[in-house]
Amino acid sequence: MDIPLDLLVNGIVSGLLLGGFYAAVTVGVSISFGMVDIVNIAHPAFIILGSYIVYILGVEFGIDPILAGIAMLPVFYALGAAIYQIYYVSFEKRGRESLRGLAFFFGLLFITEVSLVLVFGVDYRMVPAAYVGPTIRLGFVDLPLRLLVPCVVALTAIGLLHLFLSRSFIGRAILAVSQDEFALRLMGASPVATKRVAFAISLATAALAGACLIIIQPVEPSTGRDYIGRVFAICVMGGMGSFGGMVIAAMLLGIVESLTATFYGPSWAPAVAFTFLLLTLAVRPAGLFGR
Amino acid sequence: MRRGDKGSAARENVAAPAPSAARRSATFLAAAVAVALLAFLAARSVGNDYVFFAGYVVLQYIVLATAWNILGGYTGYVNFGTAAFFAAGAYSSVVLHKLVPLPLVVHILVGGLVSGLIGLGVGYLTLRLRGVFFSIATLAMAVVMQTLITNWEFVGGSRGTYVIRPAAVPIVGDYIQYLFLVMALLAALAVWVARQIEGSRLGYGFATIRDDEVAAEASGVPTLRLKLIATTVSGAFMGMAGAPYPYYVTYLDPASGFNLAYAVNSIAMPLVGGTATWAGPVIGAILLGSIQQLATVTISSALNLLLVGVILVGFVIAAPNGIMGLLQKRRP
Amino acid sequence: MAALLEVRDLSKRFGGFVALEGIDLDVNQGERLGLIGPNGSGKSTLVNCLCGTLRNETGNVHFDGLAMDGLSAHRRARLGLARSFQLPRPFPSLSIADNLRIPLLYVVGARPGGGLGEAALEARAGELLAMVGLADKARRLPGDLTQIEMRKLELARAMAGEPKLLIADEAMAGLSPTEVDDILALLAQLNEAGVTIILIEHIMRAVMNFSERLVVLVAGHKIADGKPEDVIRNAAVVEAYLGQ
Repeated sequence: MDIPLDLLVNGIVSGLLLGGFYAAVTVGVSISFGMVDIVNIAHPAFIILGSYIVYILGVEFGIDPILAGIAMLPVFYALGAAIYQIYYVSFEKRGRESLRGLAFFFGLLFITEVSLVLVFGVDYRMVPAAYVGPTIRLGFVDLPLRLLVPCVVALTAIGLLHLFLSRSFIGRAILAVSQDEFALRLMGASPVATKRVAFAISLATAALAGACLIIIQPVEPSTGRDYIGRVFAICVMGGMGSFGGMVIAAMLLGIVESLTATFYGPSWAPAVAFTFLLLTLAVRPAGLFGR
Repeated sequence: MRRGDKGSAARENVAAPAPSAARRSATFLAAAVAVALLAFLAARSVGNDYVFFAGYVVLQYIVLATAWNILGGYTGYVNFGTAAFFAAGAYSSVVLHKLVPLPLVVHILVGGLVSGLIGLGVGYLTLRLRGVFFSIATLAMAVVMQTLITNWEFVGGSRGTYVIRPAAVPIVGDYIQYLFLVMALLAALAVWVARQIEGSRLGYGFATIRDDEVAAEASGVPTLRLKLIATTVSGAFMGMAGAPYPYYVTYLDPASGFNLAYAVNSIAMPLVGGTATWAGPVIGAILLGSIQQLATVTISSALNLLLVGVILVGFVIAAPNGIMGLLQKRRP
Repeated sequence: MAALLEVRDLSKRFGGFVALEGIDLDVNQGERLGLIGPNGSGKSTLVNCLCGTLRNETGNVHFDGLAMDGLSAHRRARLGLARSFQLPRPFPSLSIADNLRIPLLYVVGARPGGGLGEAALEARAGELLAMVGLADKARRLPGDLTQIEMRKLELARAMAGEPKLLIADEAMAGLSPTEVDDILALLAQLNEAGVTIILIEHIMRAVMNFSERLVVLVAGHKIADGKPEDVIRNAAVVEAYLGQ
């Protein structure tokens, strides 16, 4: 088969941009699942919630989606802290309740999604912003702003988060929790408080990821489901708690998906992430870039 | 202390020396079938087809919840992919219908075989995947299968396909009544199988897998073989529940066949009812299934799913052992 | 006569870390063998390789004349190789009696003619519990047990499979001297009945009293193997223990 070069290059470029965004979607799960071992499968649903809030702020008040996403960070942080508190009291404290903890988040996913359906219906929503339409052209390479902006925002946010985790006391405590709770006690940090902060941060990232999402594509309540597979595929492939591995895995997946959509049609795209995930899990459960 | 007493009470019920285990199990099967037939006659006496349409869904959920619990409740492997097994059964029926329409019972057997084989494959995943990784893999499998079906034109692709339902069946009468009867008997069979497993050598083996697989192996439990049995049996029943579905809806598309509601319900029902025994999923399915059927007609179908989500979250937080757990706690 | 357990050139790595290298070990029928070594010397890894919980990269294990290589842990258990875990791993949702029912069903029951009826199962579980002094707790859950009771349950569960060889992995850590004597008496009683025993232990008094032969592992290598009183005078052993 003769593959046109421009299609190939454009596929790879938009895959890389998409990958940057995927990293933003995944970073929350990388923290909650990868670092503090809380399997929040409802995370994509919270991202959609973020998208809808950004949508309202944009349509009703004319606030820029990225700014709206940043403004929502504290709200989502508080929501995360509250959810962790319930999770801790109901499951972690009792011990050996992983099945029910999983069901809890599965229920939250469902509640969030159905609530959005009840409030907004199942129509697709988009957000107005100057950078949704235009595309920068470099030769035959297209750089659509609606992909470029989320990618830049995402990578910046991940970079800042990485600095925070490696430099601040609480950040190091979070990293220590993922290694060894005993070491954490030696540091003088309480595991519960540390995990609460970690989970709250992970949920806060959903606000920004939601903003990025609604810039990239129109959103409806069940859109989140498409991301469950992607998020966990990337997280696992990236080696759980590692940000570097996560970004590389996200870009890889972005490229593969984008090329699949270009050459085989978009209806095959959803299966790509999950096939990736299944293969990763089957061949290397520790992830491609695992510890 | 309290926990110990409760555990022993539950266990003594199961392990009490039986006059003849085989006879008791035959009695149970007979009773289950009798209940199924009674339900059928009761529905018939109402004389309204809606009862059959609504009852069918509840019965279907008894099968799905019981099947899910054989894997999830007994061995502790949480399957998020119920929809995939169900749809595999439904779509095998569609394929058969298009190629060589056979009696419904044959469709059910084929659907069970197909989904049982998928279950066997999923079982091999447990070799490498524990806990949540297994759950995520089952979810992934459901999406991959949905994509395959969506791109498979023979079964209608994303548009879906119509399946003509025969008008009537000899003796039973109207086809929806026939579907109801078949599903009721299937539910009786599923519950009987689940009960057979409990308190048997297999049931004890499943429990050790749920508790500690390494220790189970050291105590002689062939964990892989048992997990394969659990995933196969569980998958097969889900497929059998799905096989008659195209005739029930008469129009099947990937969105309805792979509806996430199957996954949520098949998890919520056992957890609400209680995962320790066969009775839990049955109670959960009847309760949640009926609430949803009522809510669908009286309120809206979106709201009834919200209800399921809220009930599920409420129960896992407040009543970790489900309704059965609450009942047992009351008992002195 | 061939030894009951023959280990030849066994090695195990975790990534780049060499946990065991070139281990040779023979254990004779009816022997009481002590296995000692500093923390992280590979004792538990060796147990895991012998019992099939972990796969060794090289070398082979023969037990009772049969090659164990590639056999799963449950097959080895059925052939008569039993172990207790360093940290007790009971089945927390099963009662104490049912914890013992598992090896009775799956180890004893899997041997030709070993199937037990309901009454026999109950009786045998009761016997084992009486042996370790847990008879009055039969209906309790493992979560209700104290540390020593948990270790006794662990041993009882290993014994339930009527093994030819029992590997007791630090069955006495954290116990008081009288409790240690209790467990030692139990092991001695088993040994009298013909069960070969490998005792892995940190408590030197217990190891010296119990063992007929002593093997020392240091950093994944076997550095000594012989009569206990000779081994503890061995310069390399002294260095490994005291030189740190």
